[in-house]
Amino acid sequence: MSERENILGRIREALQTKAPLPGSHTAGGATTHPVSESPAAQAREWLPLVGATAEEQLALFAKNAADLKADFQPLASRAHLKPALLRLRDAENWQRIASHQGELSSLAANALGLPVLWTDTGYDVQAMEQCDVGITECDALIAQTGGVAVTSRSAGGRALSVLPPHHIVIARRDQLVADLPAAFALLQQKYTPDFPSMISFITGPSRTGDIERILVLGAHGPKKLTIFCV
Amino acid sequence: MSSFVSQFKAAASVKTADLRHRQVIRTALRSYEVVRDKRKAAFQSWESARQAAAETKWEAVNHLDTHLEALTAKLEARGTKVHWASNAAQAREIITQILRDKKARSIIKSKAMTSEEIHLNDALEAAGFTVVESDLGEFIVQLRHEPPYHIVFPSMHLTRGEIKDLFQKELGDAPSDSPEDLTMVARRVMRQKYLTADVGFTGANFAIAETGMISITENEGNARLTAALPKTMVTLLGIEKVLPKFADLALFLPMLATAGAGQPMTCYNTMYSGPRQPGEVDGPEEWHVVLLDNRRTELLADPEQRDALHCIRCGACLNVCPIFRNVGGHTYGTTYSGPVGSVITPHLRGLQDWKHLSNASSLCGACTEACPVKIDLHHHLLHNRRNASTNEPAFFERLSYQAFGLLANEPGLWWLAKKIGWLTQPLQKLVKGSALDPAKAWTKTRDLPPLPQETFKDWWKNRK
Ligand code: SF4
Repeated sequence: MSERENILGRIREALQTKAPLPGSHTAGGATTHPVSESPAAQAREWLPLVGATAEEQLALFAKNAADLKADFQPLASRAHLKPALLRLRDAENWQRIASHQGELSSLAANALGLPVLWTDTGYDVQAMEQCDVGITECDALIAQTGGVAVTSRSAGGRALSVLPPHHIVIARRDQLVADLPAAFALLQQKYTPDFPSMISFITGPSRTGDIERILVLGAHGPKKLTIFCV
Repeated sequence: MSSFVSQFKAAASVKTADLRHRQVIRTALRSYEVVRDKRKAAFQSWESARQAAAETKWEAVNHLDTHLEALTAKLEARGTKVHWASNAAQAREIITQILRDKKARSIIKSKAMTSEEIHLNDALEAAGFTVVESDLGEFIVQLRHEPPYHIVFPSMHLTRGEIKDLFQKELGDAPSDSPEDLTMVARRVMRQKYLTADVGFTGANFAIAETGMISITENEGNARLTAALPKTMVTLLGIEKVLPKFADLALFLPMLATAGAGQPMTCYNTMYSGPRQPGEVDGPEEWHVVLLDNRRTELLADPEQRDALHCIRCGACLNVCPIFRNVGGHTYGTTYSGPVGSVITPHLRGLQDWKHLSNASSLCGACTEACPVKIDLHHHLLHNRRNASTNEPAFFERLSYQAFGLLANEPGLWWLAKKIGWLTQPLQKLVKGSALDPAKAWTKTRDLPPLPQETFKDWWKNRK
C-alpha cells in the first residue's frame, strides 16, 4: 500500500468519531446549526470597514499605503506618468530598469530613456539583479489593505516584482477594489480554470522586524514600492 | 523523572531567574500587544471572524480526506509532483532523494516549522548539502546553531549587540549594531545565494483544496525569491494546512497577520498552483510538494482535541502566555513551544514524556482568548493532565489522596491530624526549605500558610 493510502486510511479511520462543533467550550459559543459550507464567504461583514464610494475607497487606499510606507501617486492622466517617473529616475539615479510588455508597463518603461530588460521572452537573472527598478502592472489595488495583487502573468513573471530594489506598479483607476473578498472574487473569475502559477498580494515594501522587533524596510525584497494609478 | 522533565525544570529555573532575558522578551512583546489590539479593533467584528475561522477550519479538518484528494489532484494536474510522508524519516528521505536526483549542492530555504519538526537541516548537511536559511531571524539562529526561539519571531531573544557580534564573528561584516545595517548585511549575503542555489525550499501556511494551491505568508520577500529563482522547488507542509476554498484566504490572511504580528496584512501573501506554466517567463521547472503526517493523524483520532489541528501557527498564544514569557522558547525543548506546543507535543512525541508541559501552566486561559481559530487550548492542557494520570497514575499522588480521603472521612483522625499539625508547625520553621522539610517542593520558594488557631467548626460552635 502506498503512503498516500496509508495516510488517507488513517484519516478516514480517525474521522469515524465525530468531533464537537467549534466554540462548544464557551457557553453559547457552539454552532447549533451544521457548519455552513464556507463560513468565510461572509467575511466582508467582519473585516475592516470600507466606504462604498470610489472616492472613499481611493482615500482609504492612499491612507493604508502611507501607513505601510508605500509611495502612492494617483495621477490625473496618463500624460502625467512620464514626468512623475522622470523625477524618480533622476532622484534615484537609475541606470537600468526591468519591465514586461503591457499597455501601461511598456508606456512607463519606454518613457525613461534607459536600457530596459524585458522579461517576456526569458531573461538573465544576474542581469535583473543589476537593475535599479522593476516596473510591472497588476491585477488589483485593494482599498481595505493598501496592497496590490499581482500574478506571474500580469506582472512579468515571479521575480520582477521582488528582485530589483524598487518596485513600481502602474495601475488603472478601475483596478481599485474595495476589499479582500472582492479581490479574491476578481482573481477567481478572471483566471479559473487556468490560474497563473503565482498570485501574490503585496502589501507594502519588503520588511522585517527580526532584530529587536524594530521595523527595517527592504529585507530581501524591494526597499521601495511606488504605486502609480492613472 | 524522564530526562525531558529534568531538562525542562533545570532550564526553566535558570530562565525565570534571568532578569535580562525577561527584559528582552518584555520589550519585544510590548509593541506587539499595542498594534495587535489596534488591528483587532479595526475589524468590524473580530469575534465573528474568529467563529467563522474556527468553523472553516472545522469543516476542513473534519473532511480532511476529501480536501486532500481534491488538493493533490489539482496540483498534479498542473505538473506538480506530490509526495506523502507518514513520518519524519520518510519526509527526510523523500527530500534528500529529490536533491540527489537533481544533483543539487546548495539549497536556499525560507522559513518552515515543518522542517524544524523533521530536523531537515541536520539531515541535509549530513548528506553533504549546503543549506542556507533566508528568513533573517532563521538565518541568525542558524548561525548560532540553535533552534528558533519562537515560531514566528525566531530570534526575538537576541539583542542587536549580540547579533552584531555574531555577524562579525561568522560573516566578518557588521558595520554597526543598528537593525538597519545588520539587515542589509544579511540582504547582501543572501542575494548571491538566491541566484546560485540549485533548489529552493519552502513551508506553507495554507493549502487550498478548491484550486490546488499552497499559500505562503511572509514579510521579507525571501520566500518569493526562493520560489522564483532556483530551478527546483520543494515545499513541505503538514496535512492539516488545507482550507476548502480560495476565498477563505480573504478571511484567514488578515486574521493571521493581525493575531501574529498586529499587521493588517503580512507583506507578501503568495499562492502557488504549479511549477512554471507554458507561456510563463520564470519560476521553477519542477515543483515537489511533500505532505507530512508525522502523527497528526493521532491528534485527528482524538475528537476532544482535534481542534488543535486548526492551528495556523500565528504565535499569538505564545505571546500572551505568562509561562512562555518567563521560561522562554528554548526551555520547552520542542519544535512548537508555548501553549499550542504544550497541547500538541504530547500527541506528536508521546504523552508520558511530554505531559509536564501541560502541568507548567497557570490555566489563566489567555491563550484560548488570543487564538484566532478558537482552539480550546487551556482545556486541552487539562485534558492532557487527565489522560496522563489515567494512563499512568502517579504513585505518590494516589497515595496522598488516599490518605487524605481516610482523614477526611474520620472525624477522630481529622482532629488528631489537626493537633499534630499545630504541635509540629513551629518545628517546620526550623527546617523550612531544607532537605529535612517534608513540604520542601513548596516551601523552597514560598511560605506555608499558618494553620489557624480556631477551626471553622469551633468558630461555628462558639459564634454568638
Ligand atoms: S494555537 Fe491558536 S493562537 Fe496558538 S499559534 Fe495556533 S492559531 Fe495561533
